[in-house]
Amino acid sequence: MHIHRYEKIWLWSGAVCLTLFLLIVGVSAFAMGNQPPSHMETIDPEKAVTTPPFDNPGFTKVGEKEYEAVMLAQAFTYTPSKMSVPKGSTVHFKVTSTDVVHGFEIPSTNVNMMITPGYVSEISYTFTKPGKYLILCNEYCGAGHQVMAVTLEVTA
Amino acid sequence: MIDKRDAHLSLAFLTVSFIALFIGAIAGLLQTFVRSGAIELPLSIGYYQLLTAHGVLLALIFTTFFILGFLYAGISKTMGTLYDVPRRTGWLGFVMMTFGTGLATVFILLNKATVLYTFYAPLQASPWFYIALVHVVVGSWLCAFSMWNQHYIWKSRTKNKLSPLFSYMAAMTMALWFVATLGLAATVLLQFIPWSIGWVDKIDILISRTLFWYFGHPLVYFWLLPAYMCWYVVIPKIIGGKIFSDALARLSFVLFLLFSIPVGFHHQLLEPGISHTWKFFQVVLTFMVIVPSLMTAFSMFAVFETAGRKKGARGLFGWIKVLPWKDVRFFAPMMGMLIFIPAGAGGIINASHQLNQVIHNTLWVTGHFHLTVASTVALTFFGICYWLIPYLTGRTLTPRMNKLGIIQTIMWTAGMAIMSGAMHIVGLFGAPRRTSYTTYADHSQAVDWIPYQVAMAVGGTILFLAIILLMYIAWFLAFKAPKGVMDFPVGEVEENAVSTPVILENWKLWVGICAALILIAYTVPFWHMIEHAPPGSPGYKFW
Repeated sequence: MHIHRYEKIWLWSGAVCLTLFLLIVGVSAFAMGNQPPSHMETIDPEKAVTTPPFDNPGFTKVGEKEYEAVMLAQAFTYTPSKMSVPKGSTVHFKVTSTDVVHGFEIPSTNVNMMITPGYVSEISYTFTKPGKYLILCNEYCGAGHQVMAVTLEVTA
Repeated sequence: MIDKRDAHLSLAFLTVSFIALFIGAIAGLLQTFVRSGAIELPLSIGYYQLLTAHGVLLALIFTTFFILGFLYAGISKTMGTLYDVPRRTGWLGFVMMTFGTGLATVFILLNKATVLYTFYAPLQASPWFYIALVHVVVGSWLCAFSMWNQHYIWKSRTKNKLSPLFSYMAAMTMALWFVATLGLAATVLLQFIPWSIGWVDKIDILISRTLFWYFGHPLVYFWLLPAYMCWYVVIPKIIGGKIFSDALARLSFVLFLLFSIPVGFHHQLLEPGISHTWKFFQVVLTFMVIVPSLMTAFSMFAVFETAGRKKGARGLFGWIKVLPWKDVRFFAPMMGMLIFIPAGAGGIINASHQLNQVIHNTLWVTGHFHLTVASTVALTFFGICYWLIPYLTGRTLTPRMNKLGIIQTIMWTAGMAIMSGAMHIVGLFGAPRRTSYTTYADHSQAVDWIPYQVAMAVGGTILFLAIILLMYIAWFLAFKAPKGVMDFPVGEVEENAVSTPVILENWKLWVGICAALILIAYTVPFWHMIEHAPPGSPGYKFW
């Protein structure tokens, strides 16, 4: 099929741009480890509250400035609801839902993932700035969805 | 003018689409008011109930009914009067779809289906809501069958190897819709209906989400392709130009069929249970579907420039001035086209892994699809109705209505710029989408989002006024405009354009490749979901 010379130039430059974008995304994901949360572990959603480690949700210090946060998402809150870590701490969030689909987002960070019942979602983040961080649900989960949030305090 | 019976079928679809548009717009206006904190809803109407009505009536009903009405009119215009069987099947489809729409609306208004238009399990609506959706989808399938049947009979009677461009695009659009809605039908029929009735206790959530998004992304191309049909076929005639290339227009539609379906994972990038390799694979395919849009952009501007130069325009950009800016049939779709440039760029951002992490489920996404479907597609559809309604009712577009149409377009563009702009910005700050008014116990960050939410209400108000104006124009064109003959603009192909290869009309080949790509992109991860499925979930009614 004949394609006009200008159109060839246009399409080739478009294709080069798209390939470049994909390379950036791909290298960042596969070489630098910036993958989206894709944890494969499953759990019985109705028994989540009695299944370890979710039978005892909370904050555990696992190393020097390193914490594990085992959390439950349920309509319309997260457990635990109050957390505090010193500045510079890395927190490994491990979250599951006991009922419907929820979101898990910390505004002004890159923490953002879906909490699907039946699956365990994981994400890690290092808090370098002190402040009161909001953890909020960004997936509609029912009439009280807009109040579903807790705070994480990063102390100076 | 096309046969009266075909015009009636087309008008029936357009009527339902405009009713849905009006109700959906009222819901939208109220939502922006609630979210700005200005009002609280009376009579125990819920914010999420309105949101469900807004999504279902606009994203599913307004679009699908408008598209079918436009396609039937165009097929009748370019292929000749519909044969009896296709027309009857079309009416049957219309009746089923309208019944489904009514049923769904009633259950949403009864607050029995406040699950939003994506109806993510395990939120569980009344079974009647899902049964209503089945009627809409199966009714639309009947319309697809009827259009393909028309195509088939036309080809065998006329012995023409090549169908008219408009009809080809219509058949391709319905092929895309049919393959896409198979996923929706599968999850609704096999998962949601048995579970909501109580025949089974539990539902597998990841599988239902995956089937939904298998449908959910091609859905957006189902909205876009009829707009592209207007751009490719109708616009060249309106501006006094010729279609740049029939072959390239068809090729772009083939590429949409191939690449718009096996890409649903880019809506599921942040969820567990899908490996990142498969997510990345579908992101690559997502980027492929940008190519036919680049082709469309080139074709359109090539048409504009050649038409302008024929009119004697000089200089590098002289042709821009001679475009018929004062003709609403051109102006409205053109604004839609221009808006698609930032809208498409936003789409590339959304599909990119790491950037998706920043904007997923924030108001940015809502802002994005209010530029794509609610501006690019909607403005093109509005532009179509200014000539299609009088064409079908045997009336004319008066200069006064043309002027009001221009004002409507400007209001829509301005209102959307304010609303969608505010959504994009506050989304980057992290404000979640699909969330009623909240400051999260006066958290300082959330308090800072409120001014943007007020701006959304300002934009929403302008948009609602624009809808009222549109309703007036549509009513006037249908019932009051002076009788006369209106043109259904169908462009002709540039004389020295290359002839169209017959292979583009080889449906078995393209549908076959489409199916192969879907199997490649989905089989392994889908099998993994089934094999490693966690125990399912019972239903919840949290509203």
